[in-house]
Amino acid sequence: MWSLSDITNSIQNALNRAFNPTFATLTEMVIVGICVIGLFAVLGLILVIMERKVSAYMQVRLGPNRVGPKGMLQSLADTLKLLLKEGLTPDGADKFLFNLAPVIAMIAAMLLLAPIAFAKNFQIWDINIGVLFISAVSSISVISILMAGWASNNKYSLLGAMRSGAQIVSYELSAGLSVLSVVILVGSLKLSDIVQSQENGWWIFKGHIPMIISFVIFLVAVTAETNRAPFDLAEAESELTAGFHTEYSGMKFALFFLAEYVNVFIVCGVGATLFLGGWMPLHIGNWHGFNHVMDFIPSSIWFFGKTFFLIFVIMWFRWTFPRLRIDQLLNLEWKYLLPISMFNILLVTLMAIMGWHF
Amino acid sequence: MIEELATTQEGDLVINVGPQHPSTHGVLHLVITMNGETIKKVEPHLGYIHRSIEKMCESLSFRQFIYVTSRMDYLSSHINNHGCALCVEKGLQIEVPARAQVIRVLMDELTRIASHVLWWGALAMDVGALTPFFHAFREREAINDIMEETCGARLTMNYMAPGGVMFDIHPNFQKRVHAFIELFKSKIDEYDELVTDNVIFKARMQGIGMLSYEDAISYGCSGPTARGSGVKCDIRKLYPYEIYNKLQFEEIIETGCDSYARYLVRMKEMRQSLSIIEQLIDNIPEGEFLAKTKAVLKLPKGEFYSKVETARGEFGVYIVSEGGTTPYRIKFRSPGFSNLSALDHMARGQKIGDLVAMMGSLDLVIPDIDR
Repeated sequence: MWSLSDITNSIQNALNRAFNPTFATLTEMVIVGICVIGLFAVLGLILVIMERKVSAYMQVRLGPNRVGPKGMLQSLADTLKLLLKEGLTPDGADKFLFNLAPVIAMIAAMLLLAPIAFAKNFQIWDINIGVLFISAVSSISVISILMAGWASNNKYSLLGAMRSGAQIVSYELSAGLSVLSVVILVGSLKLSDIVQSQENGWWIFKGHIPMIISFVIFLVAVTAETNRAPFDLAEAESELTAGFHTEYSGMKFALFFLAEYVNVFIVCGVGATLFLGGWMPLHIGNWHGFNHVMDFIPSSIWFFGKTFFLIFVIMWFRWTFPRLRIDQLLNLEWKYLLPISMFNILLVTLMAIMGWHF
Repeated sequence: MIEELATTQEGDLVINVGPQHPSTHGVLHLVITMNGETIKKVEPHLGYIHRSIEKMCESLSFRQFIYVTSRMDYLSSHINNHGCALCVEKGLQIEVPARAQVIRVLMDELTRIASHVLWWGALAMDVGALTPFFHAFREREAINDIMEETCGARLTMNYMAPGGVMFDIHPNFQKRVHAFIELFKSKIDEYDELVTDNVIFKARMQGIGMLSYEDAISYGCSGPTARGSGVKCDIRKLYPYEIYNKLQFEEIIETGCDSYARYLVRMKEMRQSLSIIEQLIDNIPEGEFLAKTKAVLKLPKGEFYSKVETARGEFGVYIVSEGGTTPYRIKFRSPGFSNLSALDHMARGQKIGDLVAMMGSLDLVIPDIDR
């Protein structure tokens, strides 16, 4: 079947024919870097317009409909506006940290794109500790939020940042534990192995109820980790005006904004990879005809389809639920999600040892 | 000052919420002293939208001053106008025709629903759910269209006049109100499904912003705010005006004393208002809509007071007349001002996120507080 890997392979072959191996590798790195930056921007634009359209649909509105066909170029116009705006730095702010924070947020989000398998054999870096890498790097984003809140010299920002610190550190635990349940069943941290193990069925189907619990906990935890409603306490528009990015404007604000959306994409991509089979097509048991038809759909479409479905679910959360209070948020994590996911890990381990999963 | 010294300590976080803030819904300025996320003190600073309406009224005739009150509590402008018209009628002992009385009550109840619907959306937005706001505006728009057809205005109605109402109802009025009743009956169930029974919403509202029966009385709270604490204070029941004593409706009393009780009172009041409209809409008597009055109204020397139940509580009009064509002195008793005064008491020891929900449950309209 046609795949994105054909393109990468032909590029690699061409480069290796033309240059010596070291230079070819370096060139590949540069190309990949440019692609990541491009993907970062494009994802941001697509997700912003998607969010606006989804929210409009839920709120009996039309949403943006002036720039481009059906308003699809609206986010491009907004980006242009943000680029032209002055990036203000407040007087009392710690200028170095203030300007560094959005960059760190962006770098953390970009690094996370590395181990994700976008399609069959199409992965920037198939690192053998992929899952660990994702959990580790995604925690960096909390540093940028704390930095932004502290450096802004604004009380709203400070409150938002402190909330965010408590929130991300707590929800990292149950997100990590629910990811671990997949790792236990697969026996590998490598993302390509995890995808390969789901050839005969996705883990959410193969793993009985414990995997479904893991999946739900994962969804809740990553929603909290990316600071999205109903866990958007770091921003909490009606309480803290804009939380940690109250003082940011122009492109610095846009970087936070982009990083948030790319983070949403990444956590949904990870969720799709771990629980919904990544780029693996949907296969049902012995239905060979059905399976064959499914194989004809390119792997990249499978991956992006699953990811965007999860993104839609997270957007659905945002436009439906009221926001939790900070103590309720921490209660939910420490009193409910964490004990449940710990018990769930035991069940999954038992299942893996006894070989009860399909 | 002594109390201030006792409660404010080194290291307390003092935050100015407002005058420009997404959830004060106007130019209210709250100075909040906090210890971390916990509120120690809330100090409302007023005056940002003070237009000295009471002073302005002293130079306006008894026909004119009524319409300035539309600009106070702009969400229940009909009812404000109604209160003023009642006071003038009391002074001049004008008999209001039966048709006008029914139209007035219909308009009041439609206004009450419109106001409560907007409050519902704004409260949901305060606790972080943005979608209900748009759903609320969809239904409010239907009421605004009905109003526009009859009164010619959508916000500041200026429809009540001493002796009745300014114009007769539009021929479409009854048909459109019937359509609205049908629409709203299904929508209000939708509201309950979306917000009232939501687990997160309940967790945010229940046990928050406690205002006991005694406190509600001593702070002078009225309307749904007081009724959420079990105080019987519905002017429509206690001191019936117009035809309210002939109507079948319940005074909603909740004894929860928290934000959720105040929420429930308003939600149930919308259903009661709907039932009042249903009772009246097919029974509008024929006849005059405006009593014959003199061209220039002169209230006899003396003091007159009348009160009505707005969507927010008791609205009182106090006129001192020296026998001239303009009032000597006017004082409005606005419900929002007293309700706001309870905020500090309610908010102490709670989280800042709750403050926003509490303010939402008080249903503050800032121009009503500042006048």
